[in-house]
Amino acid sequence: MSNIWIICRKELKGYFASPIAYGLMVFFALIAGYFFYAATAFFVTRGMESQMMGRGMPMDMNEYIIRPVLMNVSVIGLFLIPMITMRLFAEEKRSGTIELLATSPVRDIEIIAGKWLAALIMYACVLAVSMLNMVVLFIYGKPDIGPLLVGYLGLLLQGGCLLAIGSFISMTTKNQIIAGAGTFAICLLLWVLDWVSAFNTSASGKVIAYLSVVQHYEPFSKGVLDSKDVIFYLSFIFFGLFLTSRAMESLRWRS
Amino acid sequence: MIKVEGLTKRYARTVAVDNVSFEVSKGQIIGFLGPNGAGKTTTMRILTCFLPPSEGRAEVAGYDVTTQSMDVKKRIGYLPEVPPLYPEMEVEEYLHFVGRLKRVAKADLVPRTNEVMERCNVADVRKKLISKLSKGYRQRVGLAQAIIHNPEVLILDEPTAGLDPKQIIETRDLIRRLAGDHTIILSTHILPEVEHTCEKVIIINKGKVVATDSVENLTSRLRGSEAVAVEVSGRNGDLGVAAVQQRLEQVSGVSRVVGKEGKDGHSRFEVESLQGRHIRPDLARAVVESGWNLHELHPVAFSLEEIFLQLTSADTSAEAATAAQGGTQ
Repeated sequence: MSNIWIICRKELKGYFASPIAYGLMVFFALIAGYFFYAATAFFVTRGMESQMMGRGMPMDMNEYIIRPVLMNVSVIGLFLIPMITMRLFAEEKRSGTIELLATSPVRDIEIIAGKWLAALIMYACVLAVSMLNMVVLFIYGKPDIGPLLVGYLGLLLQGGCLLAIGSFISMTTKNQIIAGAGTFAICLLLWVLDWVSAFNTSASGKVIAYLSVVQHYEPFSKGVLDSKDVIFYLSFIFFGLFLTSRAMESLRWRS
Repeated sequence: MIKVEGLTKRYARTVAVDNVSFEVSKGQIIGFLGPNGAGKTTTMRILTCFLPPSEGRAEVAGYDVTTQSMDVKKRIGYLPEVPPLYPEMEVEEYLHFVGRLKRVAKADLVPRTNEVMERCNVADVRKKLISKLSKGYRQRVGLAQAIIHNPEVLILDEPTAGLDPKQIIETRDLIRRLAGDHTIILSTHILPEVEHTCEKVIIINKGKVVATDSVENLTSRLRGSEAVAVEVSGRNGDLGVAAVQQRLEQVSGVSRVVGKEGKDGHSRFEVESLQGRHIRPDLARAVVESGWNLHELHPVAFSLEEIFLQLTSADTSAEAATAAQGGTQ
């Protein structure tokens, strides 16, 4: 356990000692801020309209702002994750420092878990930037905090899956660009897999659509914590990390 | 301390290490000598549990590298050919990280890091980013990294490659000072390197051990015959090369004279002696007494290729011995 933490801390220092962390945060703040602005502006106009009509319909902030913003943020995640994971192992392989890690009294899985955990914390820090927007809602209104927290938990779980896939791809190459592009392609594919359900309603179509990571996020964005989706995400994370550890082992046999 | 038996490593198309066996006892410095691509790095990677062997077994401090790799890793310090450094870290921060990774106790970490930095002469750059360090400093930080957990065995892959002469001498001194506490294997493709630091040499070529011997035996065997470079010119400027060559060949103890390209009207020759003969005084006398000018006369160091030639042609017994050893297993 302490080994995981040693690797994780070193990796986090690497993120925050370089411009990567800050660049990602700025990039994310800009886009998430825009989405938040658009959703809020829409909410305000609709609210004024309904008042002028004299209907005074109750409007829900969770329904009209938080949910669409979180859905959008989960999509931005697809773009951020390759940038977080691409250097994870590719850089160590290129510079030869993987030899230091592999000849230290540390198990492969501890190295992988440490690095994945650091990537997850990095992703959480980026997501935290969008919480500043949400604070505004609490100042001027009374949204429900429960669904918001569930939404962020879902973002972290979804991020964890894609980060595990990104770790695996980064392990298979020495080239950061290839690792980043490959991760992006796979993330995008996992995102659009549920389109299958539009034209294929057979069992195979359902299975493929079920693998879509975004489909499982939808209940979270509504504030619904369903064990089925949590289990899907957790098993996906384990699968990704398992693939990474296999790839690391094959490195020893092939290189 | 280190025991290697019938070690073989095959890659997809090539055999990098072929049935290598040797032993190193505690506290020894052993030199792993061979040209590039001879299998030195592969052997070292197997010993450090980075690569698994295809066949054979290797033991470090009594633990098997394949089945007890955690125990081996705890007892081994490794400096790969390219020091494994993180450019975005400071020297001290990096050594702390490696120390924790190699299970140095938390309480010992700071004093141990300080000690290692003193020993490797990197204390003056402790707060510098590794990316800003010169090649010599990087190499020494790499060495500091290898000894931070006070390992029983040190494995150094070409520790002086790419350093300037002053840094090479410093690094050699450092390695010699480490010898008492650690068993050291270092690889190199430079002969003087081994002469200066090691007690025992293993010569490896094309994945096979060509010779295993102490440095004294090996050098005396090689020094038995010597090669001398001679530069001669005629007193009036003109000189019959054939005549000089003939005269040099007549000197007693000379086995062979090879004419080399000369310049400025000087002629150069490389003269080899018979076993155990010192020919330099006679050579000088012969040249001067014939009325020629002697510009230069110095012994030529054998290059690694010549050593291989000597070891494989003149002394086939070493190879036969290793072959026989391989056959009994």
